[in-house]
Amino acid sequence: MAASTTEKQNPAFYALLVALVVMSVGPIALMLATSFKMNVDIYDESVSAFFFTPTIRNYETVLCNVLWYEPAHVDYCDPTFGRALGNSLFIAIVSTGLTLVIGCMAAYALVRFKFMGRGAVSMTTLMMRMVPPAVLLVPVFGIWTFQYGLDQSHLGIILVYTAMNLPFVIWILQSFIVQVPIQLEEAARMDGANPVQIFFMVVLPIIKPGLAAAAIFTFRIAWNEFLLANALLGRSTRTVPVTIVNSITEYDIDWGVIMATGMLLAVPPIIFTFAASRQIITGMTAGAVKG
Amino acid sequence: MSAVARANRLTPYMFLAPAAVVLVFALLYPIGYMVYASFLDWSPSQRIGQADFIGLRNYANLLTDAAFLESFWVTIKFAAVVVTLEMVIGVGLALLLDRNIRGMSLLRTIFILPMMIAPIVVGLMWRYMYHPTVGIFNRTIKNLGFETGIPWLSDSTWSFIAVVIADVWQWTPFIFILALAAMQSLPRSALEAAEIDGATEWQKVIMIKIPLMMPVLIVTLLLRLIDAFKVLEVIMVLTNGGPGLSTEIVALRIFRTAQEFQELGEAAAMSNLLLLMLMALTIGMFMYTKIQEARTARMLKAAQQEDE
Repeated sequence: MAASTTEKQNPAFYALLVALVVMSVGPIALMLATSFKMNVDIYDESVSAFFFTPTIRNYETVLCNVLWYEPAHVDYCDPTFGRALGNSLFIAIVSTGLTLVIGCMAAYALVRFKFMGRGAVSMTTLMMRMVPPAVLLVPVFGIWTFQYGLDQSHLGIILVYTAMNLPFVIWILQSFIVQVPIQLEEAARMDGANPVQIFFMVVLPIIKPGLAAAAIFTFRIAWNEFLLANALLGRSTRTVPVTIVNSITEYDIDWGVIMATGMLLAVPPIIFTFAASRQIITGMTAGAVKG
Repeated sequence: MSAVARANRLTPYMFLAPAAVVLVFALLYPIGYMVYASFLDWSPSQRIGQADFIGLRNYANLLTDAAFLESFWVTIKFAAVVVTLEMVIGVGLALLLDRNIRGMSLLRTIFILPMMIAPIVVGLMWRYMYHPTVGIFNRTIKNLGFETGIPWLSDSTWSFIAVVIADVWQWTPFIFILALAAMQSLPRSALEAAEIDGATEWQKVIMIKIPLMMPVLIVTLLLRLIDAFKVLEVIMVLTNGGPGLSTEIVALRIFRTAQEFQELGEAAAMSNLLLLMLMALTIGMFMYTKIQEARTARMLKAAQQEDE
């Protein structure tokens, strides 16, 4: 296929494209716009959805306890969100790191020492994909509270996320490790490297793209997850999704502030999407489309 | 045998051990525990040892519980509607956009945004847009001169539609991307042969593209169906199952049974039923792929024999 030549299309085709882009980005753009809006403007019908005098007040309210200055309009600084942001970052980063290290080692062993076929692993991955977080809610709550004593702690939720993501990570990394030429590893062995050295110094650098894809998927799940975080975490260890849900169940919703919060939660996944869309699509299509 | 050789032989187990430990303690054990808990009369303040064993009573209660049956029905209805719409729109768009255009990769990047953002935030965005007074939909309707807006989230029919729209917005791109990938890996020869035979665009789509894409489409459909049963956060933020039970899908009901009604045993029984249903779907999907593979292998073999 010659990809260099682009065909000429009729205008209706471009109209369709524009409509699609507007439809998929519209809600996100609206949220972004609203997060820069004063509440007066949000409730004023004469103010347009996208053209108004922007303000960063909502963000100042949300982030008041992590800012280096004291915003003038904030009478009482609610530290909930700033704290939750820290918790979310910590939990997502640690569980991503842990999943990658553990998953990488397991995937390597499965490929190189021929334990189980890829069939068994993809079966487990598929089975795992099937288990809804809602199903894990009751047992995880019971066990973590009464047996492991890990409720309310970061460690407890990190353990859950690691376990939830491991099958997928092992599965996707396997497909990358299979492509590492065995000759490279043999050469390293000749030079006297032990299996651990070979793994860290030969294999890991080659499978970086796979690691990136796996990292994005794990981070996203840990960062976005609500249900289990809600059940397991206490007041001071809560993550951002939990604080968002807590503030919308109240009678009066402060739209400007909550949109700013939502935007802050959405920013990391959006950045990842633009930085590594190719890897994301690979991860997404793996399994359904062979290739 | 030297110590080095023994260490080398143990390496694979060393590499696998952490993953095995985590999976056993944090995944297999909880799931087994849940199966056991579904036979208990259990409230969150009790340790599991103190809960009474009540056999199948939780399940019996569920099957006679009108509210649970209602939410079961809502789940099926939701999954069916959503997956059908997404398949039709997603595959349709893939057929339309399967052309050599500049900026296709940017377009795909934009399309995956809705899937990457937290479901909680997706719910939030749509709740704002559906808002009776400040929401963009009702404002537009009023600006067009209509007196009353649509009761998006307060009427049981409309709230179901609202939830479906949000899900279609979020997940159609998934189908689109998979369908497009499948389409671009179709053998050119079949399409060229059809062109030489004078097939119209429609005939090519119906008689060649769709049938050849079928295996991928079916796997996509099943993946999406499994995910549709798991949707929870978006609906929770949008309607919290209401008004009445009109949008209360099973996953949401499990959450509320555990959180609000504090009936852990019953929630576990529901979880089990949901899990069984999803397992049936997954096994169906697995069988389908296996059958497909066997068929392709057979056909390849037959083709080779013909050549000889």
